[in-house]
Amino acid sequence: MPQPFVRITGVAAPLLEDHIDTDLIFPARYLLLMERNGLGDYLFRDRRRKATGEQIEDFILNRPPYTTAKILLAGDNFGCGSSREQAVWALSDFGIRCVVAPSFGEIFHANCARSGLLAVQLPAEAVRRLAEDCAGHEVTVDLPEQVIQVGASVVPFQIKPGIKEALLNGWDEIDVLLAKHAAGIETFEQRQRQVQPWLYE
Amino acid sequence: MSMGRTLYQKLWDSHVVSEQSDGSTILYVDRHILQEVSTHQSFEMMRAANRKARRPGTNLAVPDHGVPTDDRSGPIRDPLAAAQVARLAENASHFGLPYIDLKDERQGIVHVVGPEQGFTIPGITLVCGDSHTSTHGAFGALAFGIGASECATVLATQCLVQHRARTMEVRVEGVLRDGVCAKDVALALISRIGIGGAVGYAIEYRGRVIEEMSMAARMTLCNMSIEAGARVGLIAPDETTFAYVRGRPYAPSGATFDRAVGYWKTLSTDPDAAFDKSLTIDASEIAPYVTWGTSPQDACPIGGRIPDPGAAPDAETGARWKRAIDYMGLMPGAPLEGVAIDRVFIGSCTNGRIEDLRSAARVAAGRKVADTVRAMVVPGSTLVKKQAEAEGLDRIFLNAGFEWRESGCSMCVAMNADRLAPGERCASTSNRNFEGRQGRGGRTHLMSPAMAAAAAIAGHLVDVRKLEI
Ligand code: SF4
Repeated sequence: MPQPFVRITGVAAPLLEDHIDTDLIFPARYLLLMERNGLGDYLFRDRRRKATGEQIEDFILNRPPYTTAKILLAGDNFGCGSSREQAVWALSDFGIRCVVAPSFGEIFHANCARSGLLAVQLPAEAVRRLAEDCAGHEVTVDLPEQVIQVGASVVPFQIKPGIKEALLNGWDEIDVLLAKHAAGIETFEQRQRQVQPWLYE
Repeated sequence: MSMGRTLYQKLWDSHVVSEQSDGSTILYVDRHILQEVSTHQSFEMMRAANRKARRPGTNLAVPDHGVPTDDRSGPIRDPLAAAQVARLAENASHFGLPYIDLKDERQGIVHVVGPEQGFTIPGITLVCGDSHTSTHGAFGALAFGIGASECATVLATQCLVQHRARTMEVRVEGVLRDGVCAKDVALALISRIGIGGAVGYAIEYRGRVIEEMSMAARMTLCNMSIEAGARVGLIAPDETTFAYVRGRPYAPSGATFDRAVGYWKTLSTDPDAAFDKSLTIDASEIAPYVTWGTSPQDACPIGGRIPDPGAAPDAETGARWKRAIDYMGLMPGAPLEGVAIDRVFIGSCTNGRIEDLRSAARVAAGRKVADTVRAMVVPGSTLVKKQAEAEGLDRIFLNAGFEWRESGCSMCVAMNADRLAPGERCASTSNRNFEGRQGRGGRTHLMSPAMAAAAAIAGHLVDVRKLEI
């Protein structure tokens, strides 16, 4: 069951590059690992460490206070590319519970809510302003109120009601589907069997 | 006045289980392909909650991402890859899912195997924990990539919670010039609209060029839709599609096949249907394309030059170009043609089908790979490999100095031993030139199979049309 998301307060790390792909977030060679926990070490691995394993000091997540970031401020199309959910698990394991960006890769976006990561979509200008305002300040992301707060500034955001509910409650999607739609699924299958019987042979 | 529907809308409407008050839809999933890398956690979730697969027979599992492509006579040597493949086999058996073993001749890359086995047919919804599932849209199937949690949802419920996409029509009109193929159309499109250009849209490819394309070419094009941000790329099924599907193991047969064709023929966009966005590409203007940067949108005709960050439309683009050009070890303003390469990779779910190998072999025939280049051909499936061997393509490649390997994802994703060393430059027929995609520090130039073969021979990026074929 995903960890519920209600309200968090913490450091926000700005990484405002556009088109950060999931290969960069979680390089493919670590997909051979079968664990779901402990992947934070591989988050942005090739930006965070040299091939020798040595830390690359000027990468944002290697610099205090961003080493404890709970929020990531990102550029356009964050999480584009591959469908690997490890990208979400690595972010969560590092401690990031919320990513704010002007847009997201679609599969990454869909994966977020299912693993308890809040993806907030805001216009590029608003993300840039947040990045400026958050220097030296903690940021609060409040899901019930749908606002991001830094000092005196309060930025509202939109989220689909279904995703909000699921995040707030840490719902398991399968439980919800089976509880609410078991009969509907059966009816669908009976109907489809008439139209496309070859799918049932 | 009733408006006609697009192909996407028809496929969507025919799979709605329920529409939710928040605008989302419970969408029925007909078929699910599974590979070893993206599903172990899906099965964990299933096991933890003690769930069963709802319709085991609608799934098909096959290992492809991390498998070795050299010697497969013994067990897999990499312990991590071996464990992952073993886990897939064990999970398939536990949940009763059809499984294709590594030693089975039907093994290959999920997006080559599905169509080849007739598992992919028109009119269905098909998903896989892999973004290039868009490939299967070439059959007029609503096919898209999903994450590991969604894989578990599909296994347990045959459903997904989805939001309807907007629709984008991409018309490719005119005639493709010699030496130009589906890969070039894809790169031309992505360089025009950008890698975020189709986020939120389902693309439908239409027009004369598409109608004349083989299924392999259509798959190449739909495969690359995700590189423009579109989760779905579609082509309406037609006689070419039906001829391809007929007689394949999982496809309907006999009278049922004819009945199915009757249904499949209804799956095209109505003349009065409206798309949310439309664009037209003139095929006669497309030359062979090559990427120069670290995103598929960083592509230009082979006759072009590496851009100058100083001349970028805005500062952010300039900074991105600079970063990409530095990573790629190139010079702003220099011509692309002539850039020396170290490696060549012909394969992947984009260009690992028999037509792709034939087109590369036509270029390689009677020639030699340059001394400075290591080139490999990795068939998309073992059946593709066998077919190529029956046609003598393996001899052509081997005589020219290419390595002839076993099927798998290989250097498209560099999860096995097939990878670039830091700084190595590769002419590749795969789909992603992201930083590190083919190995940390590796430099990828995307192109068609014929162009990659030509680069292998010349030792540098070259216009295949300059070689006498
Ligand atoms: S060939 Fe490459 S893109 Fe295709 S499924 Fe394999 S890893 Fe993914």
